Amino acid sequence: MAERVGRPAPRGLLGRILDSDLFYSFSRSPVTVLAALVTAVMMGAAAFAPWVAPHRPFDLATLDLLDAFLPPAWMPDGDPRYLLGTDDQGRDVLSTIIYGARVSLLVGFAAVFLAMFLGVALGLVSGYMGGTVDAVIMRIADVQLSFPTILIALLIDGVARGLLPRDLHEEMAIYVLIFAIGVSGWVQYARTVRGSTLVEKRKEYVQAAQVIGIRPWVIMLRHVLPNVMGPVLVIGTIHLAIAIITEATLSFLGVGVPATQPSLGTLIRIGNDFLFSGEWWITIFPGAALAILVLSVNLLGDWLRDALNPKLR
Amino acid sequence: MIGFVLRRLLQSVLVMLTVALIAFGLFRYVGDPINNLVGQDTSAIEREQLRKKLGLDDPFVVQFARFVKNAARGDFGISYRHRRPVAELIVERLPATLELSIVAALLALLVGVPMGVYTGLHRDGFLSRTFMTLSLVGVSLPTFLIGILLILLFGVVLRWLPTFGRGEVVAIGWWTTGLLTASGLKALIMPAVTLALFQMTLIMRLVRAEMLEVLRTDYIKFARARGLSNRAIHFGHALKNTLVPVITITGLQLGSIIAFAIITESVFQWPGMGLLFIQAINEVDIPVMAAYLVMIAFFFVVINLAVDLLYYLVDPRLRVDREQAAGHG
Repeated sequence: MAERVGRPAPRGLLGRILDSDLFYSFSRSPVTVLAALVTAVMMGAAAFAPWVAPHRPFDLATLDLLDAFLPPAWMPDGDPRYLLGTDDQGRDVLSTIIYGARVSLLVGFAAVFLAMFLGVALGLVSGYMGGTVDAVIMRIADVQLSFPTILIALLIDGVARGLLPRDLHEEMAIYVLIFAIGVSGWVQYARTVRGSTLVEKRKEYVQAAQVIGIRPWVIMLRHVLPNVMGPVLVIGTIHLAIAIITEATLSFLGVGVPATQPSLGTLIRIGNDFLFSGEWWITIFPGAALAILVLSVNLLGDWLRDALNPKLR
Repeated sequence: MIGFVLRRLLQSVLVMLTVALIAFGLFRYVGDPINNLVGQDTSAIEREQLRKKLGLDDPFVVQFARFVKNAARGDFGISYRHRRPVAELIVERLPATLELSIVAALLALLVGVPMGVYTGLHRDGFLSRTFMTLSLVGVSLPTFLIGILLILLFGVVLRWLPTFGRGEVVAIGWWTTGLLTASGLKALIMPAVTLALFQMTLIMRLVRAEMLEVLRTDYIKFARARGLSNRAIHFGHALKNTLVPVITITGLQLGSIIAFAIITESVFQWPGMGLLFIQAINEVDIPVMAAYLVMIAFFFVVINLAVDLLYYLVDPRLRVDREQAAGHG
């Protein structure tokens, strides 16, 4: 950061992080700290699922149908081995949630990175090149923006299902989903990056680079790109929440990841069938996990947007 | 003015043609239409004859032109699964979706605007903070989860409301309505609330932001100086001036309400177009997918066009901006 110049540099990476404005505003907001904590715990649990989860819900050898439909441990008939109860196949609900969050987060992150990559690349080219390329890319963006993301994701998903042979559906489902959510979300990035690129393009350092004959794509990647990435991170955080919701929605509608490798959305769909017979915990706990995850990520995104906005300082 | 309208119309036609091209591409190249029409034991020669008869070996442009011509007349072929004309299926289900969407939009407006006004006027009040927090939670809860929670509470635990379907419907010509029977109205409550919630939070936040903006302006101060009552200032002066963007956004959101109805219809097994579309995706029923796509695109294009033109008429500043932009470009 520019304002660091002239001050004695704090020692080490940790020192620099603790000394930054960003960390100061972070530590001043208890809600944000809590949201970060919750996000970190959930991501950590998801990442280390095989070690964290109390049971192995997808290992058929460890399942016992006699354990099916057990209520949460604190209710009458509850079993202390299964804190949040079990589902129709005797799987521990807490463990399926941890594994489900793993799939949800995996799809969410992958989709965000795909959208970010596409959007930043197209926005950079669009802003730097201008002319016909710019016009074509931005018209496509306009058209796509006039339809809701979920509809575009559904459409891409539907087309992919038509193109792929039926027996590959289940195997490819997760990739199709990442592709669908990623492609449906690139416009926001492209518009923002294009806007900042237009501003950066007129600055002296870019003109200087052009004058000494550096090739355009090198200027775009080495000179312009680092200067337009700030807002992209904010969009990325908020987009992660949207991507997780979109994935859950598609899975809930039955066109997302298959039941053999369930995400939180799939778990909610499976549990939904048992809602009427009174086994509410099979669907409500994954639902609560999803809501808490999305809410925390949203809060982090809101905070990051305000913290990086110089107007609000 | 005429130039703007023409340019806008041309843009809309282009969007429709692009969507039609995608729909046609789906129709023609995803899976073989012939295989979907005939049984396993049809000979290769018979297939070839059918192909010729249906014009499937004509040049691409000819086929596309035929597709557009048929689509414009509402003819989208025959559903692979239901073995009935797609147009018939859609007409059957259109009233359910439109009724749900319009009731949800009205609900969002009638609750969202007052909530927005209230939170705008009493920024730091306890109720305002509660509304704002709830709206953040509302944005973080996916639509389908809200639906499930409502079903659990009002359908399973309290047993007050039906949890699926449309209840009894009354036919008025080809239109079927659930608004005239008690069971139809009861069945409508939960789906409409589910669908409206997200838009409600959106409208509330928008009205709040606009109110805060307007209340700072000079003419509000002047109105206060003239000694007008709070009620006259808040509703006569402030709210009136916030409504242009609110109407625009609500108009634009009507399209996404129809699209989001897919999710709500799926949760409540509401027999509308969205449910039809989801089933079509699951079963790769291409003609239904193509028809739904073209129809929803048509809704969106018409709504966008109408809102743009209205905006242009309502807000004179926009005219100047556009003309200047056109001059520079």
